[in-house]
Amino acid sequence: MTQIDLLDFSRPYPRLPGHSSGGRLERVLRAGRFAVTAELNPPDSADPQDVYDRARPLSEVCDAINATDASGAHCHMSSIAICALLTRAGYAPVLQISCRDRNRIAIQGDVLGAAAMGVGNILCLTGDGVETGDHPQAKPVFDLDSMSLLQIIRTMRDDGHFLSGRKLTTRPAVFLGAAENPFAPPLDFRAIRLAKKVAAGAQFIQTQYCFDLTRFERFMDQVRDMGLHEKVFILAGVGPLASARAARWMRENVPGVHIPDDVIARLEGATNQKREGRAICIDMIQRIREIKGVAGIHVMAYRQEELVSDIIVESGVLRGRAASAHRKESV
Amino acid sequence: MQAIRHWSVRHAGPLERLYALVERLLKAAGPVLARIGMARLERPVAAVERGVKGLLFDCRMCGQCALSSTGMSCSMNCPKSLRNGPCGGVRQNGHCEVKPEMPCVWVEAWAGSQRMAEGAAIRHVQPAVDHRLIGRSSWLAVARGEHAKPAPGSPS
Repeated sequence: MTQIDLLDFSRPYPRLPGHSSGGRLERVLRAGRFAVTAELNPPDSADPQDVYDRARPLSEVCDAINATDASGAHCHMSSIAICALLTRAGYAPVLQISCRDRNRIAIQGDVLGAAAMGVGNILCLTGDGVETGDHPQAKPVFDLDSMSLLQIIRTMRDDGHFLSGRKLTTRPAVFLGAAENPFAPPLDFRAIRLAKKVAAGAQFIQTQYCFDLTRFERFMDQVRDMGLHEKVFILAGVGPLASARAARWMRENVPGVHIPDDVIARLEGATNQKREGRAICIDMIQRIREIKGVAGIHVMAYRQEELVSDIIVESGVLRGRAASAHRKESV
Repeated sequence: MQAIRHWSVRHAGPLERLYALVERLLKAAGPVLARIGMARLERPVAAVERGVKGLLFDCRMCGQCALSSTGMSCSMNCPKSLRNGPCGGVRQNGHCEVKPEMPCVWVEAWAGSQRMAEGAAIRHVQPAVDHRLIGRSSWLAVARGEHAKPAPGSPS
């Protein structure tokens, strides 16, 4: 058998005992460090350079880069293709998989393919409804939900077989994540739903944008009461708001985003709204970091990626640690 | 009929007791039904089930009824067919992300579960839907002892 020469970068790091993946994100979290992930805005383009141009500044300040899967039901370059480009160049991605566009047959194939390309992290999502996107005429699939998706990938990884029972010859070594929105009704159910996700296989959580600290603290109280913070790494979603107008637009149009009136009022009262949005974000990160049970942050800066590295550095969350979602050396 | 469906969630407690009774009767009748022939009974029983549960719950005949784990709110009415809880898109007024005029099926489910003795069943992880069962009778599945079970490892 001829061995095909792979770029060294696409080989995963060796897996440490007790770890699910060979990925850096899992290592950072299990070492008890405050982790940082950031979302890459997927290009509407067929040029790989567009992916690399966006990945590079993010990679210098985070531990893994999220590749979104047609979020908001808008078409962009696919998450699996972005992950292929990223792993090829030595970046550590989080592959987002939504249940909206593909059924269990397609998804399980993608999981194997992703792991083969060196993807170490998968985020299991239900996905936004097609009605919210730019192709409302599309057929929504939703063959699975985020919970059954978690279960299926965990089964592939831990038991070594497809949902059908058919055996895998090599299991996908992936660190499994899920999303949670502590800010959407029914609020009392959210922590219980998180417990279900943990039971289904979630090892890390990336939350929806946090702009309402009171609500988030209440959620975290419940999480700690249930002991969930010891079973799953919770990364709080944060991001800068560009202006009061943009904040209002997001609140109205982006599913699941909750922005309290006082945040919008603070933006409105500022002479430089963009600067204020950035300051609010840094403030939020610093306060979130103090909440017991929060293991990191997930930065989503839609159309403001240029701010991400400044925000992370200025917030001080890395505490002098050099984060990198890019491998300087090969293994 | 959303009005009747909301009534059912508000009366999840009594309906739960009624359902438990029906389940016991179906299990007891299992051998008799088997003698008549489950295959022969499938169509008429499914038709009755569709009528009764359609009226009470806007049942979609998924064939693997989980009403007792979903606060008597049929989760197949969720536009994303979520079987395990609300998505992250629920509006601040508790309405659906996809159908803004409809209260979220899972906000209702959570409220319904609070009125049920075994409401904690909402914490069980439900497996993915088996699309072969759609349109078939859940009642006969109960009578055969094939009723859907929560996935192992579910939180209690």
